[in-house]
Amino acid sequence: MNEVHPVLTARGLVKRFGRVIALDGSDLELYPGEVLAVIGDNGAGKSSLIKCLSGAFIPDEGTVELDGAQVSFRNPQDAHTAGIETVYQTLAVAPALDIATNLFLGRERLKPGMLGSILRMVDKKGMRTDARAALDGLGIGTLQDITQAVETLSGGQRQAVAVARAAAFGSKVVILDEPTAALGVKESGHVLQLIRDLRSRGLPVILISHNMPHVFEVADRIHIQRLGRRAAVVTPQTHTMSEAVAIMTGAATA
Amino acid sequence: MVGSDSAVASLTTPSLSPLDRIQHMLHRYPVISPALVLLVSGLVFSLFSNGRFQRPETIGIILQQTAVMATLAVGQTLVILTAGIDLAVGTGMLLTHLVVAKTAVDMGLPAPVALMAGAVAGMALGAFHGLLVTRVKLPPFIVTLGTFYVFNSLGLVYSKAQTVSKEAMGGEQSLLLWTGKGIQIGSMRITVGVLLAIALYFVFWYVLSQTAWGRHVYATGDDPEAARLAGIKVSRVLLSVYIVAGLIYAIGGWVQLGRSLSASSNAATDVNLETITAVVIGGTSLFGGRGRIWGTLVGALIVSVFRIGLNLAGVNVYYENLAIGALILVAVALDQWIRRVGK
Repeated sequence: MNEVHPVLTARGLVKRFGRVIALDGSDLELYPGEVLAVIGDNGAGKSSLIKCLSGAFIPDEGTVELDGAQVSFRNPQDAHTAGIETVYQTLAVAPALDIATNLFLGRERLKPGMLGSILRMVDKKGMRTDARAALDGLGIGTLQDITQAVETLSGGQRQAVAVARAAAFGSKVVILDEPTAALGVKESGHVLQLIRDLRSRGLPVILISHNMPHVFEVADRIHIQRLGRRAAVVTPQTHTMSEAVAIMTGAATA
Repeated sequence: MVGSDSAVASLTTPSLSPLDRIQHMLHRYPVISPALVLLVSGLVFSLFSNGRFQRPETIGIILQQTAVMATLAVGQTLVILTAGIDLAVGTGMLLTHLVVAKTAVDMGLPAPVALMAGAVAGMALGAFHGLLVTRVKLPPFIVTLGTFYVFNSLGLVYSKAQTVSKEAMGGEQSLLLWTGKGIQIGSMRITVGVLLAIALYFVFWYVLSQTAWGRHVYATGDDPEAARLAGIKVSRVLLSVYIVAGLIYAIGGWVQLGRSLSASSNAATDVNLETITAVVIGGTSLFGGRGRIWGTLVGALIVSVFRIGLNLAGVNVYYENLAIGALILVAVALDQWIRRVGK
């Protein structure tokens, strides 16, 4: 892996909230086509780290490089434009809006011609067709109706919509923050399958999770976050779950 | 992958009971229930008013009486869709219509310029709301409760509590009073103001359902954090909504000039709360993110139909507000039930 250049690199990220230091010089590398899991105890800075990569937070110090070029995201839109898509723990879908509207939220496509350029009319039909295709492409075409409100869906279905949105627009990196936390066993299995599908398309994935069996099931490498820094990077082949937990809690070092 | 077939199967939706179906139907088409109320109340009043209610003359009067409130309710709908509320819509409208009348009469500006001045004043009032909500982070309820009093007072000071008369504004031929011009359709008389109000509904139906801005308004009210993470600039959307609502003060003010054929700081006192009533009865959720502009138009008509219908049916006028209040409670209870869909 040493000759391969990382897609995404973070160096010395610092994020403070008043006197609380969420990130204390955190590093991260994501290589092409891999699933990198990020694990850590509550308050270890997992979510802050991810939010600095997705444009939701602006780091106080440190740098982020995408494909070797330094980037500084001021908002989630900047990260989207750069090709980084994030599925947040809170799902970040608008419950009253329908599936297709949610998939294209914040990047609505306008109709071609005068209707779009002058009357600013959105291309509803085209967006619905593409939303359908995006869901079918991930094997989640079982949602009968692309125009039904997201709040009428089950937790797993909502997660599928959020993942489909990330997959449809993430050209460089997809970040998933605790995607299985609110799901049952079957639905979790489905989301893990979605993650594998993304990897097989060549999209690198960052997976933040508390669930060790899930992490060890899909991850190629495991980034262990502790006290706002990277404590170690291990792989499922070289370390057991209990060894990883030991590093996470500070009981052992890599 | 083992188990992936059953995982896919679990993503299908279970079958629904009849009550669930109704809930889903209302969730999807929130205009159904207010439309039914309007239809049924219209039928009932037709039966109990000795045939006076359904006369074209009465319908025309209902439309004329609804125009100002229905116009302002468009702005109220936008604000409520963002989970806000505008308690100052009536006093804001009065202040802008005074600006129009006074700049035309006292300063002698031509009518189109005076109307533009009103539009600018309305947008300034709206921008003031928007900045307090987005920058100072005050709740919209408090912001507009405060400005409700402020605008009322400014209106009184500015007009010295005096009415600007029709004659001073140049008579019924003046563009300022054009919205009061009658249009005869058979024996039904409506005004330009009525048509202006209806046109406004078409414009905002288009804007809300067919443009990205409309979707962002819904998303902002539905879940502002989700909207922000989807890349929507939530503060900018909110600010623009309040500015547009302010512009609608001016349009409502113009309709009011035509309706009363004068400008006065103590006209249209009911309009403040009635716009909220229209929006709520029309099926738009006070919690933001869900509702339809047509529902508001239906809600506005329901308020007028009740007021005039009860009157024509010979019901003691003291019961009018009781009926409308009960409708509000039913509408909000229905909204709570609809919002629990799928839970």
